[in-house]
Amino acid sequence: MSKKTLLNSKDIEIILHRLACQLIENHNDFSNTVLIGLQPRGSYFANRLAELLKNEYQIKNLQLGFLDITFFRDDFRRRDAPLAATATEIDFLVEGKNVVIIDDVLYSGRSIRAALTAMQSYGRPEKIELLVLIDRRFSRHLPIQPNYRGRQVDAINEEKVLVNWKGIHKKDAVYIEYK
Amino acid sequence: MSELSVENLLGIKYLKTADIDLIFKTADHFKEVINRPIKKVPSLRDITIANLFFENSTRTKLSFELAEKRLSADVINFSAAQSSVKKGETLIDTVNNILAMKVDIVVLRHASVGAGVFLSKHVNAKIINAGDGTHEHPTQALLDSYSIREKLGNVKGKKIVIVGDILHSRVALSNIFALQLQGAEVKVCGPTTLIPKYISSLGVTVETNLKKALEWCDVANVLRVQNERMDVNYFPSTREYTQLFGINQEILDNLDKKIVIMHPGPINRGVEITSDVADSNNSIILNQVENGVAVRMAVIYLLAQQVKR
Repeated sequence: MSKKTLLNSKDIEIILHRLACQLIENHNDFSNTVLIGLQPRGSYFANRLAELLKNEYQIKNLQLGFLDITFFRDDFRRRDAPLAATATEIDFLVEGKNVVIIDDVLYSGRSIRAALTAMQSYGRPEKIELLVLIDRRFSRHLPIQPNYRGRQVDAINEEKVLVNWKGIHKKDAVYIEYK
Repeated sequence: MSELSVENLLGIKYLKTADIDLIFKTADHFKEVINRPIKKVPSLRDITIANLFFENSTRTKLSFELAEKRLSADVINFSAAQSSVKKGETLIDTVNNILAMKVDIVVLRHASVGAGVFLSKHVNAKIINAGDGTHEHPTQALLDSYSIREKLGNVKGKKIVIVGDILHSRVALSNIFALQLQGAEVKVCGPTTLIPKYISSLGVTVETNLKKALEWCDVANVLRVQNERMDVNYFPSTREYTQLFGINQEILDNLDKKIVIMHPGPINRGVEITSDVADSNNSIILNQVENGVAVRMAVIYLLAQQVKR
């Protein structure tokens, strides 16, 4: 098994700033916008982006939630390993809001499909957008595309994209792992 | 661990501590789900569940049905009163007929001890015991422990007294197993005629003085006197029972601490517990009912994971 660095911490820093600016361009002061990180790994990314928006771009009253999609997945009883849930923390209603769903890697699109269904439990949003750090092109099972992407990669199915965040892992980095 | 060690939920005595931890962890997530504006998840939309109630029930049946519907399972209900059991059909035949309609999970309540175990050996479906005679009622014990954990933070090391008709109670036996598995101390309190002879072999202490029992405990789980299961008189009169074993506010006020009051229902108000106690801040009776749905969702979800496609 070998590992190649796709993004180093400097690349990620630049991408985070760019994505923050793109969000501000479309959502102004975020008064009617909420960010939802997908548990567990999308939440690390969502947290970092929210910190940046608050500290560097002076966005106040930013609403951030974390959504667990375990019970909405379409592979219940179809996979060997059982699914373990993580916590959902959304203490606001998404009714009438612009929602930005945040995840680290967009692969088959099935997680996002589950997230769209799960979102319905919290009301009817005005609009839902998707923001991902890594968009794995050519591997989609569903017609789902991101509105904001950090980097697009053409990884093949046997390869795995690993996203590390400082604070949780050693440092910020994105790797491609070959089996 | 993310999978149960058992294939059916027939009783607490077949479970391990890790199973209970897993059920509670899963129930935490479902508790969040049932407090959402839309209280439903689609996990079990290709699972069919039959609720077979050969004995009367309101709370348990509604709680199971709600749990199943919150998980999006298809549900069929059956109660013996309106069925062919009255025409002489056997339990296996009844259930096999229902399973022929492609049912994945059976929730069974039956007046005979071991009905769940018996059925699990003869039919090809997951069985959840919702009460078998005077034997076990595992989901009730799980939701009781879950409620204690929620109120006091932990079950381990807590002192729990079960007051009332221990002899006829499946809730008592399942609770004893569940609490001990989680490291709690259990005492039973009631008229000697309503305490099983060999109860001490389960590692449970007996106390016939209600006041002493309440002074000892952190939690009192109060049970109903099950007149419908009594063929002879076990105590002289209901009035005498109430005087000796009924919990009222005065007794609680005279304790030097606050204790948690639980009751699995149905309550006979004024007999084993007075209304002011049942409705007081110390009582978590309605929390038990709410938690019942979350815990049953967890049990059904975890068992459904094992259903083969």
